Amino acid sequence: MPRIVVDVMPKPEILDPQGKAIVGALPRLGFTSFSSVRQGKRFELTVDGEVTDAVLAQAREAAETLLSNPVIEDVVNVEVVEA
Amino acid sequence: MTELPLIGEAAAAPSAGSPDASRLAGAKIGVITFPGTLDDRDAARAVRLAGATPVALWHADTSLGDVDAVVIPGGFSYGDYLRAGAIARFAPLMSRIIDAANSDARLPVLGICNGFQILTESHLLPGSMIKNDHLKFMCRDQVLRVENNNTHWTSDYAAGQEITVPLKNQDGQYIADEKTLDALEAEGRVVFRYVGFNPNGSRRDIAGISNAAGNVVGLMPHPEHAVEVGYGPESLDGIGGTDTDGLGFFTSVLNKIVGDAK
Repeated sequence: MPRIVVDVMPKPEILDPQGKAIVGALPRLGFTSFSSVRQGKRFELTVDGEVTDAVLAQAREAAETLLSNPVIEDVVNVEVVEA
Repeated sequence: MTELPLIGEAAAAPSAGSPDASRLAGAKIGVITFPGTLDDRDAARAVRLAGATPVALWHADTSLGDVDAVVIPGGFSYGDYLRAGAIARFAPLMSRIIDAANSDARLPVLGICNGFQILTESHLLPGSMIKNDHLKFMCRDQVLRVENNNTHWTSDYAAGQEITVPLKNQDGQYIADEKTLDALEAEGRVVFRYVGFNPNGSRRDIAGISNAAGNVVGLMPHPEHAVEVGYGPESLDGIGGTDTDGLGFFTSVLNKIVGDAK
């Protein structure tokens, strides 16, 4: 069954406390090549049947209304992934 | 709502049987419970200690009944899944609350902690909360300054008064863009600010805000945990305040309700 993948990231101007903690932990494990980390969210919406334009439009609307908060987050990607 | 026996006597509540007591008790203040709400019983108790009648509301209800005000209490509605308050925001009763808060009647709504997060997710209040800047859950007694005593929930405080109430949160860092923050300051909608110590990295030390009309107020600290002698923050930390610094929220709205009904 096809899935629609939605990626949500904290807005660039918003400090990401979790990303900051992760970037602090990386060098302790010997990963010294990374100067910054930002943590986002990935949602996978499974569709029963065909992904029509209407279904995709619904996914985009859900991404903007429920899956992300436009005050602090951006929807950076909505794409269809065939199983 | 099951009535619990009172442990302490509320100084502010008029004695039972007085004409004032029956008039105040006629005011009904709803306290909404979501799956994962923690502080609904304490909020209901605070309502009763102030002299009003608490009414239990369930998130799946489709009607607010005849309540005169609503408290959205703290906790972890829906386990804070997705974002704190994000799923609760779409509960059937939240639609009623949003409509009533924006209507001409201006239903008074108080959001405490997770309730504040639900109010920002509902767009009744601007901005949002993200994880504390130090990443840890924090529980302490917190001094706040009342910056605006002209809201429905703060009229019993003096402007500039400092109060001490418990604070306990993980996602308590209040953020908004600079334009929104400037507008909040200019319109007097910063209702509470942290004093002495900013416990979560909130912009401009903001602990609580209101909407333009002043009927909707949200804050991260917990006034409902500071309403009873012997059970408030007075004896802890030695940072001042009294055990009942939080009671003013509930007496303020009660005075507003009873005053409007005259």
